[in-house]
Amino acid sequence: MSIDLEQFHQTFFEESFEGLDEMEKELLDLDMGSADSESINTIFRAAHSIKGGSATFGFTDVAEFTHRMETLLDEMRDGRREVTQEAVNLLLSSVDCLRDLLGAQREHNEPDKENVITLQQQLDDMLKVGSTPPAESSHAAASETRKKEVEEIKETEWLIQFHPHPHMLRTGNEPLRMFNELALLGDLIVKADHSKLPAFCDIAFDECYLSWELTLKGSVKHEQITEIFEWVDDDCDLSIEPVSEVEQHSQKPVKGNGETEKVPQTENKPVEQKGKTERRKSSLSEASSIRVGIDKVDELVNLVGELVITQSMLSQTNEDDSGNQDKLRDGLAQLERNTRELQESVMRIRMLPISFAFNRFPRMVHDLTQKLGKKVELKMSGEQTELDKTVMEKIGDPLVHLVRNSLDHGIEIPEIRLKNGKPEIGVLHLNAYHQGGSIVIEISDDGAGLNAARISSKAKSQGLIDENEVLTKEKIHELIFNPGFSTAETLSDVSGRGVGMDVVKRNIKGLGGSIDVDSEEGKGSTFTIRLPLTLAILDGQLIRVGNETYIIPLISIEETFQVSYELINTIANGTELYRLRDEYIPIVRLHDIFNLQPEHTELTDGLLAVVESDGCKVGLFIDDLLGQQQVVIKGLETNFRRVDGVSGATILGDGTVSLILDVGGLIEFARKRQTKAVA
Amino acid sequence: MSTAAETLEVGVDHIINNEDTSQYLTFILGGEEYGIDILRVQEIKGWDLVTTIPNTPEYIKGVINLRGTIVPIIDLREKFALGNKKYGPTTVVIVLKVESEGCDRIVGVVVDAVSDVYSIRGSDLKPAPDFGGTISTEFLRGLATVEDKMVILLNIDELLNVGVLNAIDTEVN
Repeated sequence: MSIDLEQFHQTFFEESFEGLDEMEKELLDLDMGSADSESINTIFRAAHSIKGGSATFGFTDVAEFTHRMETLLDEMRDGRREVTQEAVNLLLSSVDCLRDLLGAQREHNEPDKENVITLQQQLDDMLKVGSTPPAESSHAAASETRKKEVEEIKETEWLIQFHPHPHMLRTGNEPLRMFNELALLGDLIVKADHSKLPAFCDIAFDECYLSWELTLKGSVKHEQITEIFEWVDDDCDLSIEPVSEVEQHSQKPVKGNGETEKVPQTENKPVEQKGKTERRKSSLSEASSIRVGIDKVDELVNLVGELVITQSMLSQTNEDDSGNQDKLRDGLAQLERNTRELQESVMRIRMLPISFAFNRFPRMVHDLTQKLGKKVELKMSGEQTELDKTVMEKIGDPLVHLVRNSLDHGIEIPEIRLKNGKPEIGVLHLNAYHQGGSIVIEISDDGAGLNAARISSKAKSQGLIDENEVLTKEKIHELIFNPGFSTAETLSDVSGRGVGMDVVKRNIKGLGGSIDVDSEEGKGSTFTIRLPLTLAILDGQLIRVGNETYIIPLISIEETFQVSYELINTIANGTELYRLRDEYIPIVRLHDIFNLQPEHTELTDGLLAVVESDGCKVGLFIDDLLGQQQVVIKGLETNFRRVDGVSGATILGDGTVSLILDVGGLIEFARKRQTKAVA
Repeated sequence: MSTAAETLEVGVDHIINNEDTSQYLTFILGGEEYGIDILRVQEIKGWDLVTTIPNTPEYIKGVINLRGTIVPIIDLREKFALGNKKYGPTTVVIVLKVESEGCDRIVGVVVDAVSDVYSIRGSDLKPAPDFGGTISTEFLRGLATVEDKMVILLNIDELLNVGVLNAIDTEVN
C-alpha cells in the first residue's frame, strides 16, 4: 500500500520550522559552561523530530545534516562535551543551514550546497576533536583526547527483539522508518518473523502481524536505540540486549566518537552549483496556512450553534404571524449580538501573538552584538499580545530596522558606557500592548539617544529647515523620518543599507499606523509604533456630501462641529482657515476636491470634521454626519485602480458601495490642488 | 465500447477542425454591433445605481457591489464617444473577466442592448482598417461579416486595461 506522502509535507515543514525556531531560542538561552540539561534535551528533541521526519519523507540531505547536529547535542546532553560559545555558534549556523535546506525542499529548488558542506565539515571537525573541555581544546591536546576518546568507545553488537502490537500501525508509526534510523547508527541486520501472518483474505491492512529480530553492530549506546523506539514504547514488546563487546580500536582505529563517518560524504558533494541569488528570488511566499488554537475553533462552533438557534427562533416568530413585535425584536437583537461575536471570533482566527514577530530578535541581537562588540540584554514583554497575520507580516521589516538602529547607533560600546556611568550591558526593550482598537509596539534602548544638535545642523545643511529656525526637540526628532536622512558618522554594514527611517515610516503608514520617537540625549530613545489591529475591518463614521455617502475612519476624526461665521478667515490665495481654539486649521471642502454637487455651499450651513493625519490637521467640510459602524474594507485596486483620497470601499447595509476616505491622501491631494491653483 | 471510442474520435476531430472558431457575444452600441469573446462574459445584469468615484472620467460610471465584490462599471458608448443616450429598459451591464498583468479583474460594461451569439472562425476575421476614429485599432480583434452585417470584434483585455484603466491617469490630469 503506498500513501502519497506529499500531503504530509506541509505539516512536516511547518512543524520543522517551528522546531528550528525553538532550537534557536533555546540555544540562545543556553548558559555557557553550565547548560541546563532540560534545554539541551529540548533542542535535541527538536532535532530528532526533524531528522526522523525528513528521513521518512526522503529528504536525505536534511536527515544527514541533522544527524551530525544530533550527535553533537547528544554529547552535550550526556555531559561529555562542554557547552562552549563556539559550539553554540556552530549549532546556530547549523539551524540556519537546516532552515535553508528545508526551505529548498519546500520550494523545490537548490539549497546553498557550499554552505552545507562547510558546516558539515565544521561539525565533523568538532565531533572529531571530541568532548574536550574548552581549556584543552587546543590543537596539541586534541590528538591526545581523541586517543582517549577512541579507547572509551566500544563497538557493541545489540540484539533487538521488536514485537509490535497489532494496532501499532494505526498510531502512525512505521517500522521501516525506525529501521532506517537504526541503520544510520551502525550495521543493521533485520530478520522478519511472519509466522503470525494470517491467510491473505483475513489480512486487515492496518494491522501489524510481523515482528522483527534486529542485530545492530556499531558503537551505539543503549539510549540511542531506546530513543528510536521511544514513540512506540506502549505499542510493542521490546527487548534490547548487548551480544558482545569488542574493543573498538582494534578494528577501526580512527573513528571519532560516533558514527559520523558512516555517512558517506562524497554523496553530498554538489552535483551542480546553482547561483544562490537566483534561488533566493523564489516567489513562493511563506506557507499560507495558520495554526489555530482549538479553543478558537470551539468558540466558533459554539457561536454558529447559537446562530442556528436564533435563526430557528426568528423563523418561528415569522410563522406565528400573531404580530408579536417583541419576540421579533428580541430575536433580531440576539441575531445582532451573534453576528458581532461571530465576526470577532472569525477575526481572532487570524490573530497571532506578536511573539511570531519578536522571535527573530534574540538571534539577531546575539549575532549583531558579537559583530559590533557590544553587550546588550534583550528584554521582551507583551509577546502574547495578538495581532492580525497580515499586519504581522508587514511589520517585521520595520521592526528589524529599528532594532538594528538601536543596536548600531543607540547602544554604545561597553567602554563608553562605563565612562558615562552607565552599566556595561545595554538594555533593548521590546514591548507590545493593546490600547483601544490598536496595538502599540515600543522599541526602547538606554543608549546614546538622538543628538539634537547634530540632527538640526544636518537638516540645515540639507536645506530641510531654515538656517535660523529654532525647533522644539520633538520637531527635531521628527526630522530623522525624512528621506535620505542619516546622522550616522560612518556607515557600518549593520545599518546604512540605503533603507532609512523614511521607509520605516512609509511602511507603517501603509498599514494605517503611526510612529513616534521620544529620545533624551545620553539616556536612550523609544520608538512607539501604533497599528490598527487588523487591516480588514475599521470603525467608520458615515458622512454625506450631496447624494454621496462616504466613510471616514473614526480614528482620524478629532471632532466635528457647526461652523461659526466669526471664526472663518481667508488668506490671500483663497485658502480658508478656521480658528479652532488657539490654532488655525485649513478648511478642505470635500465637494470641491471630489467634484460633487453639495447640498450646502455656505460653510455655516454644513459641518466641519477636523481630521488629522501625520501631524497635519484640516477641517473637512461636509453636508451631514450619518451613523457610525464597523465596515469591512474591500480594495478598489482588485478590479479597478487606486483613487486619490480613497483608501478602499465597503458595502453598506443596503447593499450599496461606499468609499472609505484616506485622510492622509486627501490632505495631500488638497494641498497639491491648492499649489496648482496658485501657480 | 467501440461506438463510444468512435464518438470520442469524431468529437476530437470536430474540435480540431474548429480549432480557430470562437463564439462571440454581440451587443449594440449606437446602432453598431460589437462582439466580445463569450468566454470572458461572466454574467449579464440590468442597469442599477452605481457609486460614483470622484475625479474619474465621465465614462467610468462608478462601482457596484456584485455579491461582495467591488466592480467598476464602464460606459462603452461614452468611451467610444458615440454620444449620450438615456439608459432604457434594454440597457444592460455585461460583467466581464479581464486578464490584466497575470491576474483577473472583474469589470462591468454598459451597453445599449445585447444582441446575439455567433460562432466566427479566426480565418474569417478581417483586419480593421487603421483610419483614426475613437477606437484605436489595437483594441480591435477584427471585423467579421455575419449574415451580411458587419460585427466589430473587440480585444477586451487590451481595451479595458490599456484603453480604460491605465488611461485614466492621463485623462484626469
